[in-house]
Amino acid sequence: MPDLIPLVSAVLIAAGAVFFIAGTVGLLRFPDTYCRLHALTKADGLGLALIALGIALTASSFGEVFRIALIWFFVAVASATGGHLIATYARRVDRAEGKEGS
Amino acid sequence: MTDAAILFDLLLAGSVIALAIASLTVRDMFAAIVLFVIFGLLSALAWVRLSAPDVALAEAAIGTGVTGALLLKTLHHLRYVTGKLGEGPARGLTPTAPVPAGVIWANAAFCGMITLGLALAFLGAPRSGPGFDALVAEAMPASGVDHPVTAVLLNFRAYDTLMEVVVLLAAVIAVWQIERGLSDAPAPALGEVWQGFARLTLPAIVVVGTYLLWKGSEAPGGAFQGGAVLAAVGLLLLLSRIYVPQPAHRGLARWAFVLGAGAFAGVALLVSGGGRVAFEYPAEHAYALILLIEGLVTISIAVTLAALFHGREPVAAPVPEGRNDT
Repeated sequence: MPDLIPLVSAVLIAAGAVFFIAGTVGLLRFPDTYCRLHALTKADGLGLALIALGIALTASSFGEVFRIALIWFFVAVASATGGHLIATYARRVDRAEGKEGS
Repeated sequence: MTDAAILFDLLLAGSVIALAIASLTVRDMFAAIVLFVIFGLLSALAWVRLSAPDVALAEAAIGTGVTGALLLKTLHHLRYVTGKLGEGPARGLTPTAPVPAGVIWANAAFCGMITLGLALAFLGAPRSGPGFDALVAEAMPASGVDHPVTAVLLNFRAYDTLMEVVVLLAAVIAVWQIERGLSDAPAPALGEVWQGFARLTLPAIVVVGTYLLWKGSEAPGGAFQGGAVLAAVGLLLLLSRIYVPQPAHRGLARWAFVLGAGAFAGVALLVSGGGRVAFEYPAEHAYALILLIEGLVTISIAVTLAALFHGREPVAAPVPEGRNDT
């Protein structure tokens, strides 16, 4: 049983890294700001959650788990807010330039 | 394991250098600022790898967080207030005289001299050697605190730290002088999501900043890191317009600016005499005095950095004035 925990942890962290890579590919390949934001914010939220979960499994005390959870929570909230602000600004710029339908 | 760590370090070092070059060479100013912020974050990580968590905290909080915000604010200022970026002023342009070439060259000469002096000091420093680790460890019992970095900053080398606080004070005085009479370019309203974010994170930032200050006596942290994090509270308050600077608050703000430097210098002078020199705290009161200084300096740093972000000194009825000018 103790051997299983590092394995599960490694799998979770690797899965998180896959999401980050997918998000990065999306950032580089997607055509416009909104699609790129979509790729980035999803990767952030899920990728970091998986990595945090993986690290939390190996944590030695409840305090550490709590701190990892706090880090995940604030990064997720900040990332979502940042994404929203960038999208709002991009839409305002698009409208000012007369591109309708966005 | 070691190989993986070396690979990571090499990758990190390469990224830091690449980001520095990219930030200096990219033409778009916004991109340059974003690259600079990423450069700062990776530098903080590099300091962690070098087992210097104090420097990492300072780099992340001041070098990246606050400086990034100040640079973005400056870009906003250039685009919308002074209109120097060729994009035309959006609103309320105050005509400003161009900076005389002599002043620019004098500034360049001073900066060049400082760079040269730093280079000479670096080249003249001993390449290798034991450093001051042993000396600091030996003197720790007399310092009043348990964390070597805090002991060096607030006790053994307190004069330097006082000067750093004075530099911040000088910066805010200069900004208030230069920006006097410029009209305000109000930041765009950031919307309800941002308001919710600010309300959610404000209490947490207050806790983190105070914790960093308090923890500084025995672990990485301290006045500058805590002050920078608390300055983020000021930034959030300003950006979400929960607090709007009023002309009536100028007196209070000025007191807050000088509080840290004044208290620091005051304590340093008051402990002198009776066979002691300035900054030589009596051992039995050293902890309390250091905590007092750090607490007051933290308040000053937080208020000063927030004021630097806001920029211009709040004056009465700025909007009608700006409209009359144009």
